[in-house]
Amino acid sequence: MALLELDAVSKTFSQRRGGRAVQAVAGVSLAVGKGETLGLVGESGCGKSTLARLALKLVDVTDGRVRFDGVDVTGLTGRRMLPIRRRLQAVFQDPLASLNARMTIAEVMREPFDTHGVKLGAGLEARIRELLSFVGLENIDIQKLPGQFSGGQLQRIAIVRALALEPEIIVADEPTSALDPSIQAQIVNLMLQIQRKRGISYLIISHDLDVIGHVADRIAVMYLGTIIEQGTADEIMQRPLHPYTQALLSAAPTLAARRQVGWKRIMLSGDPPNPADVPSGCRFHPRCHLARDICRTNVPPLRAMPGTGQMVACHLAPDETARAGAEVGRDRRGLPLAG
Amino acid sequence: MILSVRDFAIGFQREGQNLVAVDGISFDVEAGETFVIIGESGSGKSLTGMSIAGLQPPTAFVSGSIRFKDREMLNRPDAELRKLRGPEIGLIYQDPLSSLNPVWPVGDQIAETLTAHGLADRAEANKRAVEMLERVRIPDPRRVASAYPHEISGGMRQRAMIAMALAANPSLLIADEPTTALDVTIKAQILELLADLKRELALTIILITHDMGVVAEVADRILVLYAGRIAEIGPADSIMLQPSHPYTAALMTSAMISQTPAKQELNAIVGGAPGLGAFPAGCRFHPRCPRAQDDCNTVEPPRRKFGAVELACHHPIEVAMSLQVARS
Repeated sequence: MALLELDAVSKTFSQRRGGRAVQAVAGVSLAVGKGETLGLVGESGCGKSTLARLALKLVDVTDGRVRFDGVDVTGLTGRRMLPIRRRLQAVFQDPLASLNARMTIAEVMREPFDTHGVKLGAGLEARIRELLSFVGLENIDIQKLPGQFSGGQLQRIAIVRALALEPEIIVADEPTSALDPSIQAQIVNLMLQIQRKRGISYLIISHDLDVIGHVADRIAVMYLGTIIEQGTADEIMQRPLHPYTQALLSAAPTLAARRQVGWKRIMLSGDPPNPADVPSGCRFHPRCHLARDICRTNVPPLRAMPGTGQMVACHLAPDETARAGAEVGRDRRGLPLAG
Repeated sequence: MILSVRDFAIGFQREGQNLVAVDGISFDVEAGETFVIIGESGSGKSLTGMSIAGLQPPTAFVSGSIRFKDREMLNRPDAELRKLRGPEIGLIYQDPLSSLNPVWPVGDQIAETLTAHGLADRAEANKRAVEMLERVRIPDPRRVASAYPHEISGGMRQRAMIAMALAANPSLLIADEPTTALDVTIKAQILELLADLKRELALTIILITHDMGVVAEVADRILVLYAGRIAEIGPADSIMLQPSHPYTAALMTSAMISQTPAKQELNAIVGGAPGLGAFPAGCRFHPRCPRAQDDCNTVEPPRRKFGAVELACHHPIEVAMSLQVARS
């Protein structure tokens, strides 16, 4: 049974004064198993952060169900949601913005215990020290304010604060995106260590395919409010079958690509789409180089590819997309060109 | 050679103390190359880039020399620097909204860079503005010329800023994190555009970034800055594929995630970059360096030639070993 399950969830934001309603998430189903990492990839405006907030129950779904450990939590609010919140924690992109700037680190770290009525008395300080030492911050002055720490230190604090009550899953929205490259690697390692030691689940949301490809067991790719491809990390990184996933993977250059003469990326034309103005048929068709009549009129369902668990929402997959997918995957790994 | 930087230093006075942010760096940029300055927050990379255009903060003290086409740029009067920015040096930034005027149509702002320098009259400048928007591959240049910055998408704004920077036909383009705020598919478009423009307009580009993916794609030569000092400088292939300085090697790990087996821990370095005024003695990287020995704590490593690159490190990585790293 999945630990966290989103079942055909949608979220529509209505604009004030008669503006058009914007459907940020349109019927998305996702499940995160125990001890599993699900990576959710997409560009700005695709709805991935809204989806994170739906999963965390920070906003309510317009439609669909949210289940936690088999229990329908869609309608739970306030005190009744509290026991679930303890098991379901969050880490956000900008730790300085997500931690209260006027609370000392000691107060920041004490807050989850207070919120959930966990009384450790004199043992609390020792527990906080123990937690901080777990992320290599045993020597910091916990009477200082968040503004006095570096971005990397603060993200460690945010992560270990999320871990304080031993949750079963952490939803992390762009946890490494605001950090310098040498710090990103530290945070990736920290998240891997935590999972190894505690068997925790992650839902990690990011636009960084390298990070997602490295830490995730399964990956879902989001475009304009819908999931357009889903599969194991190997499937998505090595044999992406949706033209959008292929373009995403091909867009981010790697060192491996530099070593290959003749490497050429799949270039997408146009801007990321506007959720207030959803194209007919396949939502990706205006930017897709394979698009044809059926793509402009019929919405492609997310369907399983023959013989694998990979799910793709494209009329032309896998027959017309498999070859390009294999090439994209190979270019990223930097393997020699096959004959 | 289009640019020659010698013993350049820049710093600030704070509470009576001199805090040096960039501490005596020297490098040359050849005409027609894409020269990339890599560094993390606080390395001094943006201060260096801005100083080349004479845009260092007014409170900063500077020393050394920055010669651009045989003109000294440091301590040059503002009026003269302004004459160079536009016709000689174009600038683009991470956030186009901060460099575009929100209450002025995009086309007028591009035209202004021409009229301000007396390079065209109003009518001619307006025509050139539309041409520039077309040149940066904006599909509907006339419409965009009359639009306000908030009316066009982020990718379009980035293109409009590039059009503005290049309108007066400069020979040098300084791009400070031009793609950092963009989505990957838009980033790819902008990188491709910059590569095309460089070829079409015979530009020299100085690119400042911390994004190793971008570096991998465009760099001819690379300067790696750490805590206000040059760690390594040399041809891009040597620096990226066979890094010799342990800091460069650590940076490249972030760009090699796709070559590390999934879920395996990355080759990360400890700690964070030191802040202004807290640069360590000896080699500034030594507290984070996996190869540090006693001499690193006390003796600042001099810059020296090492294979195809120049670096400042007492115990650099031998080439054979780093090749192995690159292939693992």
